[in-house]
Order: sequence, then structure tokens, then C-alpha cells
Amino acid sequence: MLHITQAERDGTLTVSLAGELDHHAARMAIEQTEDLLALYPCGQLVLELSGLTFMDSSGLAVVLHLHRTCARSGREFIVRGAPPQPMRVFEASGLPQVMIFERGE
Amino acid sequence: MRAVVNKMSLKFESRSVNEAFARQAVGAFAAQLDPTMEELGDIKTVVSEAVTNAIVHGYADRSGFITVTVRLFEGRILEVKVKDAGRGIENVEQARQPMFTTGDDTRSGMGFTIMESFTDKLRVRSTPGKGTIVTMVKLLKERDG
Repeated sequence: MLHITQAERDGTLTVSLAGELDHHAARMAIEQTEDLLALYPCGQLVLELSGLTFMDSSGLAVVLHLHRTCARSGREFIVRGAPPQPMRVFEASGLPQVMIFERGE
Repeated sequence: MRAVVNKMSLKFESRSVNEAFARQAVGAFAAQLDPTMEELGDIKTVVSEAVTNAIVHGYADRSGFITVTVRLFEGRILEVKVKDAGRGIENVEQARQPMFTTGDDTRSGMGFTIMESFTDKLRVRSTPGKGTIVTMVKLLKERDG
């Protein structure tokens, strides 16, 4: 199961994903985040992943999708707080070399 | 060939909700080898990738059964076999290339790359119209004590 929550502050929309992000959950993650972006006008999207307990390559597709959406609309996109297992998947893909990845707070 | 010390098999329908079931069941079975957190994460990830491929591509046009067989060999060797009787892969070499996908925007084309980098051996046998078998072997590190 994947849980999605959001917080908006000073032009930054933070979308937090908690639980398991796999193919079964990827469609929901993309659609709900797109809906939130339409609802909250913001200059920056932060995808907060510290609550993820599992992620496979479906998570890469979600991040790539949101990266493209933000690039098209002139928003900054940051992936924050990925735990060790999701981070290993990100590192195998090479995405941290071409996008902004931040450690959790 | 090393001796098999334990094995198990799971058969389930090609529904995406079963991706979590398959990786958790294989992770629970592998726990008897006392893997590290990283090894356990790798095992769950590659099972998720192979089962997702079977659901999204093998059974793209219909539903069917997926069989996951796990064998543990002497010397902390784990083998996972994911088998479907779906439509098969026309060009396995192409399918294994990074970023190649015939799926929608929830697929990254990185599934086989992840499976390759998280295991020690990956073999894909596929016959168009008959199905696909993905076999992965992972050597677990010796644990102290």
C-alpha cells in the first residue's frame, strides 16, 4: 500500500510517499501528484520519500514523469530523503547524476 | 552442481496486487539464510521486477498464472525462477537494454538493468507465444558468528 500526503509552504509543494511504491501503486502516485500540482501553484516540487519501505523500477518511472512535468512548467524538482533500498534502485539507474537528490532532514 | 538445501514454489494470478505478495513471500523464505538488509532488499526488488514484467508484458492481453520457484543451494546461493505462459519476448537482447520499454509511463525500461545489477547471474529464456522464464542467482555473503 502507498500513502500520499502533501504540504504547501512558501511556494514549495512537498508530496510525501509512504509505504510501498511498485507498479501497482505507480499510476496512483503519478495521477495524485499531477492533481496536487494543478491545485497548488508552486515554483518547486519536493518528492519526500523517507516513509518508503520498498521501491522498484516503477519508482524510477514516477520520478522521471514528475521531472518532465516540472521541466515543462518551469518548476524546480527535488527528490528528498530516499531510504537505503530505494536509493540503491535510484543509484543503479544513474538518475542521481542528472537530478537533484537531497538527504532527509 | 551444488546440493539443494530447500525449495518452494508459488503460483498466483497475474494481478498487480500480487507483486507485493510475491516479493514478500520470497523475502520471508530467503530470511532463513539470514541475509543482510541490503541483500534482502535486492531479492525483493528483483522478484518485483520479474513478476511485474510477467504481468505487464507476458500477460498484456489476458490474465494467466505466474509461477515463482526459489531454490537454496549449499554455500548461501539463492536461485529465483519466475515463469509465465504469456506471449513471450520477440527480442530478448533488445528487451534487456536500459531504457527500452514497450510499456506505458509507469514503466521506466530499467527492470532488467536492476535485475542484472542486483544479482550475480540473470538468464532469460523466452518463446514467442509460449512464455518466458527469468532465472536469477544471487550469492549471499558469509555472515560472522
